[in-house]
Amino acid sequence: MTKLGQWLCGLALLGSAWAALALAPPGLRPPAPYRQALLPLPVYLLVAFGCYSLATVGYRLATFNDCEEAAAELQEHISAARADLRQRGLRF
Amino acid sequence: MAAGGADKFSVLLPTYNERENLPLVVWLLARTFRESGNNFEIIIIDDGSPDGTQEIAEQLEKIYGSDKIVMREIISVLFSSGTAYIHGMKHATGNFIVIMDADLSHHVSLYFRKQKEGNFDIVSGTRYKGNGGVYGWDLKRKLISRGANFITQVLLRPGASDLTGSFRLYRKEVLQKLMEKCVSKGYVFQMEMIVRARQLGYTIGEVPISFVDRVYGESKLGGNEIVSFLKGLLTLFATT
Repeated sequence: MTKLGQWLCGLALLGSAWAALALAPPGLRPPAPYRQALLPLPVYLLVAFGCYSLATVGYRLATFNDCEEAAAELQEHISAARADLRQRGLRF
Repeated sequence: MAAGGADKFSVLLPTYNERENLPLVVWLLARTFRESGNNFEIIIIDDGSPDGTQEIAEQLEKIYGSDKIVMREIISVLFSSGTAYIHGMKHATGNFIVIMDADLSHHVSLYFRKQKEGNFDIVSGTRYKGNGGVYGWDLKRKLISRGANFITQVLLRPGASDLTGSFRLYRKEVLQKLMEKCVSKGYVFQMEMIVRARQLGYTIGEVPISFVDRVYGESKLGGNEIVSFLKGLLTLFATT
């Protein structure tokens, strides 16, 4: 199954479970307090996921390494390479 | 195993207008392989560059020997990394294939060590873990990179931290199998390789790399690139 397929299945499952409980006819409803929490649940989860995303990306952005030494080392390598190759007869 | 029983590494370098970078990349690779004592060959696949890349490649061939440097030219209007690799693999005699961009180089030896450690099918470079990182990136570029990677991880759950890597080591049979299955173009192709590899049960090892911007010139990251990335990502999401 494709990732899209997995997501659709997952959403269908959760969605129908939520709809069954939240939109049930008066005879089959869960007690009032549960219903109150259940109805806005999808929105809550969306907002929670949004916050998690922001926090995660923010953290990863802050801890993104800057490789100063690698850059310096590369410059050294470049000089060494040019010198060596020129000596071996490469015409740049 | 390659002839003789020892490992041999074939480096595939697709090039387009890399006259400046090519000698440096070749020199760095040759030195790393010599230091680690590994048998190697470098296969340069040039797409009819007008800037004299092939001429430089021929000079390098004379300096290093034609068993070490192999020049292959293809002239193709639809030159994408995929075609270059297919072409290059036909001439590869190693049992491990290294794929990298010709515009930057890494600590190649780390990859071999990692592969040996875990006997991995694929070793991929990551900028996001360990002491991997970047150089010369402003905040905006880093944010876009991390944001794009986050979306990729959520949607594709690929099992690797960095999908748009420019440096990978593959077992030859693994690469051949993946090339048959992958259909994307450009760098989305690189992403697809890892996703499919995961699905096929191949083991993937990661090595932190320092991504130093193009030795000469700057990489572009404009609105167009972002849009095409998202399109590629959504395509992979729907098809893998």
